[in-house]
Amino acid sequence: MVQFIGNMSFTFHRFFAIVMKEFIQMRRDRLTFGMMIGVPMIQLILFGYAINSNPKHLPTAVFAADNSPFSRTLIWGLQNSSYFDLTREAHSVAEINTMLAENKVQFAVTIPVDFSRKLLRGEKPNLLLEADATDPSAVGFATAAVSQLATTVINRDLIGPLTKLRASAPPFNIVSHQHYNPESISQYNIVPGLMGVMLTMTMIMITGLAITRERERGTMENLLSTPVHPAEVIIGKIVPYIFVGYVQVTLILLAAKFLFNVPIIGNVPLLLALVLLFIVANLTVGITFSTIAKNQLQAMQMAFFFFLPSLLLSGYMFPFRGMPVWAQNIGECLPLTHFLRIVRGILLKGNGINEVAPDLWPIALFVAIMLAIGIKRYRQTLD
Amino acid sequence: MSSAFAIDVRGVTKKFGTRTVVNNIAMQVRPGEIYGFLGPNGSGKTTFLRMLCGLLTPDGGEGKCLGLDFRRESPEIKKRVGYMTQKFSFYEDLSIEENLEFIARLYGMPNRKAAVQKSLERLGMVERRKQLAGALSGGWKQRLALAACLIHEPQLLLLDEPTAGVDPKARREFWDEIHQLAAGGLTVLITTHYMDEASRCHRLAYIAYGNLLAHGTVAEVVKFGGLTTWEISGDNLAALADKIRKLPGVEQVVAFGTALHVSGRDEKKLSASLAPFMTGSQRWEKIEAGLEDVFISLMETAKDNYA
Ligand SMILES: Nc1ncnc2c1ncn2[C@@H]1O[C@H](COP(=O)(O)OP(=O)(O)OP(=O)(O)O)[C@@H](O)[C@H]1O
Ligand SMILES: [Mg+2]
Repeated sequence: MVQFIGNMSFTFHRFFAIVMKEFIQMRRDRLTFGMMIGVPMIQLILFGYAINSNPKHLPTAVFAADNSPFSRTLIWGLQNSSYFDLTREAHSVAEINTMLAENKVQFAVTIPVDFSRKLLRGEKPNLLLEADATDPSAVGFATAAVSQLATTVINRDLIGPLTKLRASAPPFNIVSHQHYNPESISQYNIVPGLMGVMLTMTMIMITGLAITRERERGTMENLLSTPVHPAEVIIGKIVPYIFVGYVQVTLILLAAKFLFNVPIIGNVPLLLALVLLFIVANLTVGITFSTIAKNQLQAMQMAFFFFLPSLLLSGYMFPFRGMPVWAQNIGECLPLTHFLRIVRGILLKGNGINEVAPDLWPIALFVAIMLAIGIKRYRQTLD
Repeated sequence: MSSAFAIDVRGVTKKFGTRTVVNNIAMQVRPGEIYGFLGPNGSGKTTFLRMLCGLLTPDGGEGKCLGLDFRRESPEIKKRVGYMTQKFSFYEDLSIEENLEFIARLYGMPNRKAAVQKSLERLGMVERRKQLAGALSGGWKQRLALAACLIHEPQLLLLDEPTAGVDPKARREFWDEIHQLAAGGLTVLITTHYMDEASRCHRLAYIAYGNLLAHGTVAEVVKFGGLTTWEISGDNLAALADKIRKLPGVEQVVAFGTALHVSGRDEKKLSASLAPFMTGSQRWEKIEAGLEDVFISLMETAKDNYA
């Protein structure tokens, strides 16, 4: 290793030769090029439009054990909020559970037997709102709507001597149970998060093929017989895809702003600068994989092997804090985890460089390790 | 150059796992020489060439290539060597011109545009420069590969079966060009399976099963082979061939259109065995052994010794 670095130093003309060649090949390979631009767009549309982050008219079951005027007002209020469609009436707790389990309803509202009695005594009775939170984004807004109802609707009925029960706090407690998923993802997480997911997927996959393709087509033998240096090949193959990565980032940012009205309150140039590190991180993973894989198929499999934990453990699919510690530890090692924090932090919270710095160095460390493995694994011979 | 040879290596050995593919080979090639490298399939020719230009790490051996230590200075050697692979290994999705430009850039040619232009002209591909390399016919691919190997003006050319599948006229042109280049001082080490090409080399080496069996000029190799060959022409050659094939001293019986070549290393035994048949209507003549017969004979011997 020391020897070949000593003998052959990095030269710009050879590096540039690789860059030019990769650009030409990228342009000729219509399918791959289309995939690089098309896949993010399709995903964006699917994720962005198909996921309505503020859904209304969700099917709701009501179990009114207490048949009082207050109950009726509440039910009327729920119906009117437009978040709930009272499609079912239940007569027992068991029935409610079945409906939730069988996916018949998204919500179930239980008004307990002594609801009005306790309300009148000022004892703050419980109103149970159960939600099927397998799809958590559907739940958040509706839950908030119930709290609203609590104060506005019931206060209408608290008249005369009951006025004293009116309070700034609702006269009863809403106990809300979210079944199946304890934490909700906020709607705007999706589009910025998608940027990280897209970059991870396309960058690793495409560069994963970069060196294995040369080996499979036999062009590697030729390349190795020239004085080209491993670092020139590896970095030369990375550069064109940095460009592609930026095209993807720009597309997603434009779509986030103009198609999905994601509030972008942060510093976009800062984000664009930091994206570079994340793109490079993924490219080095891909290149390293392609120095290890024996053929293109293996490289693809390795790309997916890396992509899946990234998708699942980074906090994109499931809330990071909701994962067990071991999973969080794995997540901390993945660049996507840190990038999601950076991109959400900058775009949604308006974070600056100081706030995102703790998530920068882990990515930088990751790049250094991957690059070292990649250059070490890159064979200068065919043995 | 510290050595009088362009290639001067000894004891070159390569193992793949436990199999020795190149076994203790020595080779000396003079500057400006066209050196033929022959041997049956899988005998280790490609492996040897790859070791010379640093594509494979030898398991043993020492020596110089262009005056540089071939095991330690391969980065420097690569700059001075043009290696044409057995399988076409330029980019099929790049045009002729783009491939040449790429190679010229990799070698840091000071006058890249001119070098590419010159190369295109010599190839006769100026009009087709924009054509994708993948769309070329086999013969044209070989010519492109040769041109690309020459673009950085190497001192040594390693050509691995450059004319496999090329038509006779194109092959002749190819060889004319090789001779021109050699006359200009370029050293060429070339592998081939064609006997006519072997005889166009200044000197040659023959390997089988990784072992060097013979080397020298064509005449020297033929002499070294020590074969006696009889050419028989006339009628009923097929019947005759059947009768003599199993006789003592007869090693090869090769049928040509109108003649039969019978050869063996032990001249006395061969002549004794053949004498009873020389009475017929056929014409018998002792000729000089062909290179092919010599190689086959060498290989048979090697099979007994090594395999
Ligand atoms: N990378 C490798 N790993 C294992 N075995 C190999 C490798 N490369 C070559 N071999 C084996 O080494 C032997 C010599 O191969 P080589 O390609 O050098 O033969 P060759 O003389 O060039 O044959 P041909 O005339 O068919 O091109 C063959 O048996 C081959 O199977
Ligand atoms: Mg070969």
